[in-house]
Amino acid sequence: MDPTIIFQLIISGLLIGLIFSLIAVGLTLIWGVMDILNFAHGDFLMLAMFSSLLMFTGLGIDPLFSLPITVGLLFLVGLATFRLVIKPVLGYSGLTALVATFGLSVLIRNVILFFLGPNFRLINQSILAGKRISFMGLYLSLPELFSAIGCVLITYAVYLLISKSKFGRALRATALDKDTALLMGINTNRVFALTFGLGAACVGAAGGFLVNFYYVFPEVGMVFVIMSFVIVALGGFGNIGGAFLAGILVGLVENIGGFLIGPEFKYTLVFILYLIVISLRPKGLFGW
Amino acid sequence: MQKEKNFYTAFSVIIFLMAIAPLVIQNTHFQHLVIMLLLYATLSQAWNLIGGYAGQVSFGHAIFFGIGSYAAMAPLMRWGLTPWVGMLIGGVVAVIVALSIGVPVFRLRGHYFAISTFAVAEVVRELFTNWEWVDGPIGLDAPVMEEGFYNLMFYTNKLPYHYIVLAFFIIMMYLTFRMERSRMGYYFRAIKQRPEAAEAMGVYISLYKQYAFMISGFFTAICGALYGLYVLHIEPGTVLSLDISIKIVLITVLGGAGALWGPLLGSVILIPLQEYSRIWLGGTGKGIDLIVLGALIVLICIFEPRGVIGLIKRVGYQRGKK
Repeated sequence: MDPTIIFQLIISGLLIGLIFSLIAVGLTLIWGVMDILNFAHGDFLMLAMFSSLLMFTGLGIDPLFSLPITVGLLFLVGLATFRLVIKPVLGYSGLTALVATFGLSVLIRNVILFFLGPNFRLINQSILAGKRISFMGLYLSLPELFSAIGCVLITYAVYLLISKSKFGRALRATALDKDTALLMGINTNRVFALTFGLGAACVGAAGGFLVNFYYVFPEVGMVFVIMSFVIVALGGFGNIGGAFLAGILVGLVENIGGFLIGPEFKYTLVFILYLIVISLRPKGLFGW
Repeated sequence: MQKEKNFYTAFSVIIFLMAIAPLVIQNTHFQHLVIMLLLYATLSQAWNLIGGYAGQVSFGHAIFFGIGSYAAMAPLMRWGLTPWVGMLIGGVVAVIVALSIGVPVFRLRGHYFAISTFAVAEVVRELFTNWEWVDGPIGLDAPVMEEGFYNLMFYTNKLPYHYIVLAFFIIMMYLTFRMERSRMGYYFRAIKQRPEAAEAMGVYISLYKQYAFMISGFFTAICGALYGLYVLHIEPGTVLSLDISIKIVLITVLGGAGALWGPLLGSVILIPLQEYSRIWLGGTGKGIDLIVLGALIVLICIFEPRGVIGLIKRVGYQRGKK
């Protein structure tokens, strides 16, 4: 086989994998700190994409520049979700929180469907749209490249925030032992709320990048959220670095495997990868 | 044993009501609704064993559901084998699948099991979609056969289906009730609440998780078979879908996970809600029915995090105080 095809596949896998990573980082944060599986995570992604899209079509703001607004908006969505949906069910079985976020997911998706319709939309006149650079026979789509770099930077920023800042220390303490953290004077409810906001902001950034080269429609979150569940488990729950690397791995497997075996099997391959990893390294690739 | 007596009283009243319901109201749509309600109550009770009592959340019960419905339908179509045998085959296959998922994963705590069931379900669905013998993505249509219990096919009215499903519902409820009071039931709850403590007391936790999963899978497969034989058409996109897996979880948790009456309560609320909101509000293609459904799910969770059973218990407690 032509080596350029292989390189091309690796690069494409890497680029989409980085988007997966950022989505999964948001999910793993919430999961790791609160032990809550946020089913509405994919719908947050969809909301972010629609927010960028509407700002582009309505106000003419390029997705590049509306990114901070989208991120801020999603942070607020995350805070609101925590206050209204998650807080009342904290302290009960995690299943209840799961079902609540599932209900929220159905609600958000269909409200958007109701107001904006089921059509697939694509931004194709933005600054980045459709542009690509060629390099030694390889093609790099500019929006994907830009998104990938953005994803790396944001993931690194989140990592720094959690490992270095005071808030990060509070967050880690809360994740380890909520009750003891409370005794040490950490306002755990505030940490939870901010974590939820931060998780939503991560997926908001991912949506703001994704909208540059991916179709927007009410169901768009489903594929990504299913992938990110697997990525989070692969990387070890609550492990940001793990989620980051596992996202890249899933992107590569999906792209290369999909090419070699057939595109209809690309998700199956990811699930099989997960099952193999779990039987060899039971706590995920980077779990302890 | 006051509690036991209470159970038998309530249980016989419910059986009686369910048995006469389709005779009193002879509306076909109502009869269909009651059959679905009982079927989902049985299914969710099967899930409740592993997800509610033993606390191991499975997002992949569609695996067993699908296997059951295919095991009953495919041999019936290809060889004319009676679906009763197919049902049993489905159950046995489900137990084997449950074993192969459980052995590597039940050593672990936390969400690894949940994500694994989910991954296996997606793989199994892909397998059936690409399997020629069961007509891949098109799925199977039940052949037209002689009516009767041997073929489990009834074309003229729904009553036989109703009583067959009711019979399985009774079996499932009774088994769960006995299980709750048996050694195994205490083990399950101990595993859910304090796995370390349970292990220290000598409970072989991975083995008992495995038991719960196998029993649950077996009955889920039987429900799948009943579903296929009743609906007469199955395809990977419906019987093996994530929707089915989630619906089972939803019903149980809304009703009350780990509670004997939870699954029945959940399906009494959710199934008619879904059907009627679809009839009244659906059809516009705009998803108003799903908006209502989603909002109600969130509201029930917020106001009654223990499930509807929590509400009933609270009311009962306040009445007891007076």
